[in-house]
Amino acid sequence: MMLAYALRRSAAFIPTLFLIVTVSFFVIRLAPGGPFEAEQGLPPEVKANLRAAYGLDQPLIVQYGRYVRGLLHGELGPSLRMRDISVSELIARGFPVSATLGAAAVAVALLAGIPLGIGAALRRHSLLDHLATAFAVAGLALPSFVIGPLLALVLGVHLHWFAVAGWQLDLSHLVLPVLTLALPVVAYVARLTRGSLLETLRADFVRTARAKGLSERQVIVRHALRPALLPVVSYLGPAVAAIVTGSLVVESVFGLPGTGRYLVQGAIDRDYPLVMGMVILYGTLTLVANLAADLLYGWLDPRVRHA
Amino acid sequence: MLETATVPVSSWARSWGRVRRSRSACVAAAGLGAIALLAAVGPMWSGFPYDKLDWQHLAAAPFATAHWLGTDRLGRDLYVRTLYGVRLSLAIGLTATAISVVIGVAWGATAGFLGGRVDGAMMRIVDVLNALPYLFLVIALTALFGRGNLYVLFLAIGAVGWITMARIVRGQAVSLRHRAFLEAAVASGAATPRILTRHVVPNVLGPVVVYAALTIPQMILFESFLSFLGLGVQEPLASLGTLVRDGAEQMGSAPWLLIVPASVLVVLLLGFNLLGDGLRDALDPRDA
Repeated sequence: MMLAYALRRSAAFIPTLFLIVTVSFFVIRLAPGGPFEAEQGLPPEVKANLRAAYGLDQPLIVQYGRYVRGLLHGELGPSLRMRDISVSELIARGFPVSATLGAAAVAVALLAGIPLGIGAALRRHSLLDHLATAFAVAGLALPSFVIGPLLALVLGVHLHWFAVAGWQLDLSHLVLPVLTLALPVVAYVARLTRGSLLETLRADFVRTARAKGLSERQVIVRHALRPALLPVVSYLGPAVAAIVTGSLVVESVFGLPGTGRYLVQGAIDRDYPLVMGMVILYGTLTLVANLAADLLYGWLDPRVRHA
Repeated sequence: MLETATVPVSSWARSWGRVRRSRSACVAAAGLGAIALLAAVGPMWSGFPYDKLDWQHLAAAPFATAHWLGTDRLGRDLYVRTLYGVRLSLAIGLTATAISVVIGVAWGATAGFLGGRVDGAMMRIVDVLNALPYLFLVIALTALFGRGNLYVLFLAIGAVGWITMARIVRGQAVSLRHRAFLEAAVASGAATPRILTRHVVPNVLGPVVVYAALTIPQMILFESFLSFLGLGVQEPLASLGTLVRDGAEQMGSAPWLLIVPASVLVVLLLGFNLLGDGLRDALDPRDA
C-alpha cells in the first residue's frame, strides 16, 4: 500500500519539473535586452558573432529543443557572462555552501522548534508558554534580512562572539547565518507543534489512553506525539522553500559564496542558462522537499494512503 | 455558543464585538492607524525632501542636527525616507492583497460553485501553479522585467497571493453548494453570475477577510525582500527593504541607519499579524 502511494505521489514529479523548465525558458526570453547588450566597447559584428556562437540567433523553439536535449544528457550549458565556465561548475562550487547552511538550519529548526512547542503545550500558561508564544509572533514579524544584520550588529560587531562575514567550516562562521535562517522556522514549528499537540490532547483516544491507566509520559510519547507532529511534517515542504529563499538573503548579508547570488545576478545579466540552472536547481529542491513531506505524512498517517 | 442573547444580533455584529474585545487586535489597529497617519503627513513636518542631499551633514547621528533621525551617507533625511518606505509598504500591502482577493475569490467561488469538470480543471491549474517554485520565478521575473518598474512589482507580488485564497474560497463554496438557500436560488432560475455575487461570495467573506488580513504583511514582507535584493524600488526612491540593505552595509559606523528602518518594518509586520490573528479568533471561533 505504501509503495502504491509513493508511486502515485512521485508520478507528478517529472511532468511538473518539465513544466517548470518550459515555462521558465520562454518567460525568461520574453524579457527585453540580451546577454551581450551591456557589454561596453564591443563592435556590433562581434556581438552578432557571440550570439551566433551560443546559438542565440536561432529561432526560440530550436533553442528550446537544443536546451531540453542538453538537459536530458545532464548538461545545463555554459554561462554566458562568466566565460569558460559551465553552469554545472558554478553550481558545484556554490551548492555545498548553500546545502550545508540549509541542512544545518532545518536541523536546528526541528531540534529546537518541536521541543519548544511540546514544552509550551504541556505547561500551558506557564512562563515557557508565554515566551514561546511571544517568540512565535516575533518570528513572523522578523524577516531574515532584518534578523541577519541585527544579529551581526549585536553578536558580531559589538560583542565579537562570532564572525560577521566569510566562509569557513567552523562554528564561528556558521552560527550567525544558520541562526538567521533557522529562527523564523523555529518560531513557526514551535507554534504548529504547540497548537496541534493541544488539540490532540483533547482527542478521545488520548482520554482512552489516560483512562486505561497509562502514565502521562506514555500517553504523550506513545499516543499523542505522532498525530500531533503531522502538521509539522506537512510544513516541511514550505519550510525548505522558506530556507532556500532565506539563503538568498543570508548569503548576501554574510558574504557567503553559495548559489544564491547566481539567481539574481544571472537574471540581471540576462545569463539565460545560469538563470535556468538556478530555477531548475531550486525547483527540484522544492519538489523533492514537498514529495518527501508527502511520503513521510503517508507513512505516519495511514488514512491518507487510502484516500 | 453558550451566549444567551435576548436581542437578535447578526453574526457580523457579534464578530465585530469579539474583535473589539481582543486587546492585541485593537492595540495593533490603533498602532497601524497612527503609523499610516504619520506616513501620510509626517514627511511634511520635517521640511526635508526624501531625495535632497545635504553635504554638510553626511551620516549624521539622530537628534544631532536638524535631521530628526539623522541622515544616510549621502546626507538624505532618514526620518523622511523611512516614512516614504512605510507609504510604499502600505500601498504594496493593500494593492497586492486587493489583487489577490479579487482573483482568488472569483476563481475559488466559480470553481467551488460550478463543481464537476470545471472545478477539476480550475483546481488542477491551481495545483500546478502551487507546485512551481513561485518565489524564484518572481525573483527572476522582477530581475528580468521590472527593476524599478513599480507596476511590474505590484503585479508580480499580487499574482502570488491569490492561489491560497482561491483554495480557501473554493472549499467554502463547495460546502455551500447544497445548502437550501442556494438550491432555492438555482431553482428560481437566477443566473450563475448573480448567484455567485449575491449568494456565494457574501457567505464566504469571513475566511476571506481573515486570510486577506494575514496576506497584507506577507505582501509587505515580499516587497521589502525584493527591494533588499536590489530588485524592487530603485534609488533615489526608498523602500524599507532598500533602507535595511543600505543600513546593513554601514552598521559598524552608523547603526541607526539599520535600526530605524528595521524596527519600523518589524512594528508594521507585527501589527498586521496581530490584527490578522485577532480577526481570525473573532471570525473563525473554531480555530481560537
